Amino acid sequence: MAQGLSRDARQGLTIVSPALIFALLLLAFPLLTIIAFSFWTQNFLEIDRTFTLENYSEALTDPLYRALMMRSLRIAASVTAVTVVLAFPIAYFISFYVRPEKKAIWLFLITIPFWTSYLIRIFLWRVILAFDGPVNGTLMELGLIEEPLSWILYNANAVVITLAHAFAPFAILPIFVSLEKIDRSLLEAAKDLGEGAVMTFFRVTLPLAMPGVLAAVLIVFIPTVGDYVTPRLVGGSGGTMIANMIYVQIFDLSNRPMGATLAVVAMLTVTITLAWAILHVRFWVHLNDRVGGGIAGLALAGAAAVVDVGILWWLWTNGADWFGPAGVLGVMAAIMAGGAISIAVFLPKGRWGI
Amino acid sequence: MNLDMNSGPLISLNGVNKYYGDYHALRDISAEIGAGEFFSLLGPSGCGKTTLLRAIAGFEEISGGTITLSGKDMAGVPPNLRPTNMVFQSYAIFPHLSVEQNVGFGLRKSGMGAANKARAIGAALDMVGLGHLGGRAAHALSGGQRQRVALARALILKPKVLLLDEPLSALDRKMREDMQVELMKLQREVGITFVLVTHDQEEALVMSDRIAVMFEGEIAQLADPEELYRRPATKRVADFIGVMNFLPAQAGERLEVAGLGPVDLEGVISPQGAVSGACSVGLRPETLSLLYDGETARSREVRGVVDEVVYYGDMTYYDVRLDGLEAPVRLSMRNTVGRDVLDVGAQARVGWDPRAMVVFPD
Amino acid sequence: MRIRPLGVFAVLYLVFLYAPIVLLPLFAFNDGTVIAFPLRGFTWGWFAELGNIPALHEATLNSLIIACSVAILATCLGMFAARAATRYNFPLKGGIMGFIMLPLVLPEVIVAISLLVVLMQLGLETSIFTIILGHTLLCMPFAIAILQGSFAGLDQSLEEAAVDLGETRAGAFRLVILPLVVPGIIASLLICFIISLDEFIIAFFLSGNEPTLPVYLWGQLRFPARLPVVMALGTILVALSIVLLIVADGFRRRGLRKMGQNDAGGFL
Repeated sequence: MAQGLSRDARQGLTIVSPALIFALLLLAFPLLTIIAFSFWTQNFLEIDRTFTLENYSEALTDPLYRALMMRSLRIAASVTAVTVVLAFPIAYFISFYVRPEKKAIWLFLITIPFWTSYLIRIFLWRVILAFDGPVNGTLMELGLIEEPLSWILYNANAVVITLAHAFAPFAILPIFVSLEKIDRSLLEAAKDLGEGAVMTFFRVTLPLAMPGVLAAVLIVFIPTVGDYVTPRLVGGSGGTMIANMIYVQIFDLSNRPMGATLAVVAMLTVTITLAWAILHVRFWVHLNDRVGGGIAGLALAGAAAVVDVGILWWLWTNGADWFGPAGVLGVMAAIMAGGAISIAVFLPKGRWGI
Repeated sequence: MNLDMNSGPLISLNGVNKYYGDYHALRDISAEIGAGEFFSLLGPSGCGKTTLLRAIAGFEEISGGTITLSGKDMAGVPPNLRPTNMVFQSYAIFPHLSVEQNVGFGLRKSGMGAANKARAIGAALDMVGLGHLGGRAAHALSGGQRQRVALARALILKPKVLLLDEPLSALDRKMREDMQVELMKLQREVGITFVLVTHDQEEALVMSDRIAVMFEGEIAQLADPEELYRRPATKRVADFIGVMNFLPAQAGERLEVAGLGPVDLEGVISPQGAVSGACSVGLRPETLSLLYDGETARSREVRGVVDEVVYYGDMTYYDVRLDGLEAPVRLSMRNTVGRDVLDVGAQARVGWDPRAMVVFPD
Repeated sequence: MRIRPLGVFAVLYLVFLYAPIVLLPLFAFNDGTVIAFPLRGFTWGWFAELGNIPALHEATLNSLIIACSVAILATCLGMFAARAATRYNFPLKGGIMGFIMLPLVLPEVIVAISLLVVLMQLGLETSIFTIILGHTLLCMPFAIAILQGSFAGLDQSLEEAAVDLGETRAGAFRLVILPLVVPGIIASLLICFIISLDEFIIAFFLSGNEPTLPVYLWGQLRFPARLPVVMALGTILVALSIVLLIVADGFRRRGLRKMGQNDAGGFL
């Protein structure tokens, strides 16, 4: 009886198979193809299929690629931070202050802009943030500024503002869901046990909402690293990101292997960065809990975070003198992945669901 | 009891086994259920009673043994071709259909004309007292009404067996008690076999002709309600059905019961055969009585101190600490006129009768 | 009514969210060739001009063909996956569903270039058909998310009850499951239609010489003189999206009401 798959499992697999096969053919196979391409080279129109790591060494050492990759990460991190910080109060407001029958309409209002043309929305930000646009116009009329602000368009700031707008619902919804799941009697219990509103928020609400916050971080960070349209339309030359370079490689330079390599490097970078970040958050929370939380816990966790980030920062800025430009990336990847893996192995999942 | 003894059993379960992976959900279940019988599967959650019901309905494939219905082996027969119908725990009322459409759902393939169908639906709804609600949308029904619709929907197909999966558990207490009586009436009216799954021992005792008590996938005892209550087969069954006091005892020539003294082995009930050595003696609360001043025990009496009083209105439960016994025994008294409720700490005389004793080996 | 700081923040946030969409019609009806304040006066002219651009009509037709095909394909595939995910347990379920939902978070550029590289390698021309495939991949997770909501609301004993009352599995699906998920299916069709209609990156990479509406728009953005027309077109697109979205949400809610459930939130 227990041998092979149960009837339920066989039926389930059969029914899921059309979607699965479609995804395998149109997602897994193409992804594997670009991974293969990243190990090949191109001479004019001929693809040379000898295995080589040349693309990777170029992608990792060329200062332009490195700068673009780093800038993409930085912009994505800023977008994520801005989006999540702005989204939390909104999600909190809808979950805790809006009457139940009105919640659906608020969520609907928040998702509507997301469903309208991406291209047009981004283009309109160019209009809004322009030298003679409504933002500058209003500020000058109010007498708050004398000259139009120039730092809000055609640079990284404009990319951050525009992407924070585009990804707003992606951040609000997961946080809202995790806030909705909180049993309201827990908050009453905290107050009954003597905590004030503020400490109840920090000791009960926020920790319970963390799974939603983390989901929001993932769902905003990953796609923004690879955004193409926004940097092209509002980024100017100082806001160009890695996706734009991938496009240039494939279409303008017709160097498909290099384009593929950059895409793979981008995916790997995002994966390693996120794995490092999530698992280190687990580590920091664990340290905090170890000493019983409170001020001491916060201080210890904060110190650990500073040391962890500091090591990576030092390597990024000074490591090239020691390990060479490509070597330092290897060392960083080893430290990040090694730390992440050892935390994953030795520390159990913490209370934030990670 | 309306057991039809002339024909053979309607349902026979023969060595039925069910595994979920390594988990042994049903262990060698054998039983026979007669035509027209009200049969209950009673047990705590996870004992396999619902699995067994679903196996009879055809929703679970059994791993071994046979299930026959009117002498026909049901192996491989899908639920839609079995002469059984089911009332689901959630009632499974189709939310997108009206009450009438729900009740008439199973008639689609019957080949009945529209007029006949409408008549059958009307009759089925009248039978459960919902004749006036036929046009209502299903999701606008109350819990009790849903249950009646589920009953009408199953009975309209004139099944040989109606299977009921905890049909009363979603109702409040008052409604549940009314429905118990109504289900019994309904079963007598239609005269078909009802197989009921329940975890509520009172419900099973009230409604059933016979009850199978199940623990861990096995039938621990299969008997009529009175037998089950009076002569429980094991200590566990005794504990599960109603309340029973257990007193440590030693069986030899006579039965030496702690706190009560020696008893002749002859009068006591001994479901597992002759006992010797350490054993437990079970006494139901209603077989013990408080003796008021001037009353004498019909059989024997013992002294004690009232430890706890639980007042129920019509009844009072007393926990009495008997001299020489560690744990108090529980007894119940009807609150008839002229009898005061005793206070905690009061001295009490307790009357008891060896013939009410059930003895289990330890 | 008491004014809460949080409420004020929420309103400001909505202003931030809606700023671009509110500006769009202002410029579309503005009687001036420059997209800037101050506004000059009201005109229908830019909308009228839309009728005189053959390339636009072609792009519109392409977009409509693609969006309709994608809506149907993605919803069909999504139905299978959603049904499997809610009703069955199978090995690697988490991994398989996670993989199918992956395009939801994967940067679109990655999806687009990997598809493009495969097509080039196989020697296939990029065309409407390739865009349909790419968009279907992208829309499938949304379809699954919506349909899973419909399927998950179904009590499994409803299906068993239908079988118990004499229907076959197929009959139970047709008579009980399908009517209950129809609103979800319609919502999924509309949402996939909207996503495909508005999608730019994959269309841009895979369109070849058959542009979609967003690809056409992208081309026009370079010419300042064309911008008022672009605004007019954008207004129509945004209005269409919002109307379709409201209809889709109406269907989704109707589906929930049919099952006697309360609305638990929006899409996604």
